[in-house]
Amino acid sequence: MDGVRIDLISQDRFVMLSAHEKAALVLSIVRSGTIVILENGLTPEEQAELIEMTMSEIMPGEFSGIEIETYPAPSKVRGKGVFSRLLGQDNPPRLTVIGPANQIKTIRKDPDMISAWVSSQIE
Amino acid sequence: MGFGESITRVLNRLFYKKHVRIGIYGPPNAGKTTLATRIARDWGATSEGKISPIPHETRSAGKVENLEIIAGNGHSVTLDIVDTPGVATKVDYAEFMEYGIGKEEAIARAREATEGVAEAMHWLREDIDGVIYMMDAAEDPFMQVNIMMIGIIESRNLPVLIAANKIDLPDANPQHIKRAFPQHPVIPISCRDGTRIDELYDAIVQTFR
Repeated sequence: MDGVRIDLISQDRFVMLSAHEKAALVLSIVRSGTIVILENGLTPEEQAELIEMTMSEIMPGEFSGIEIETYPAPSKVRGKGVFSRLLGQDNPPRLTVIGPANQIKTIRKDPDMISAWVSSQIE
Repeated sequence: MGFGESITRVLNRLFYKKHVRIGIYGPPNAGKTTLATRIARDWGATSEGKISPIPHETRSAGKVENLEIIAGNGHSVTLDIVDTPGVATKVDYAEFMEYGIGKEEAIARAREATEGVAEAMHWLREDIDGVIYMMDAAEDPFMQVNIMMIGIIESRNLPVLIAANKIDLPDANPQHIKRAFPQHPVIPISCRDGTRIDELYDAIVQTFR
């Protein structure tokens, strides 16, 4: 049966991993053609690590990178100031979908809804 | 503290022009190199960046140093501008071939582009005091790279100024960018024809001084 494998990774699975370990785990899964859904997403620092690591993994003709989908931070959080930052409440990570760039495409993204197309065929 | 030292500190506060290193960040084709070139030209320097419709034309960071930018109110700031490669999560050599580039060169460009993105992320981590984030006002501001990069910049507590570029295009909607990122100053500009560029210079001095 043709199809797409999806791995849903819980926050519990991620909680003890460093930013580097999280990025490496996500990339190793995505490189095998699997879509990853992270229950609690990635922090900005972890996202930066993932971008850098993805760039080092790109091989022309084999792996062209990743597509990531997550919601923008809600406006009530975006408007918060210094105190919420000190309390670590700004930009909390949110559910995130990551897949191979040649298998997942964004159709439409709004602050509260994301539509994406996932293909089982590698383009 | 002696009287002479106090006088020196007061004079420094009054007349010292802060020197900061600013990175121009954004997705490919947002107009980063066009802005760097315009800033350099307007403030008496030269930039060697190449402007092109092909994504990832800038594949290594370019620097313009010691630019003194003066706002309309007379305040000034001295900047080193770093024109960074466009940040992306994917680089497909086939995209370059759509612009008539041969496969071999397209693959070489893709390799350089991936190194350029990694370099841009490195600069952000190590060497940047503030960011001008470029967005194409005719594109969707909620594109993932914008959401991620603004979050990364905020997490590093760097001052950021958003330039909503390409307002000369008929589909441009800088208000959409303002609504998407209300926590940051957004200046609508056209780097190509210079529309409202003076407002950007005022905002640069105000944000990074």
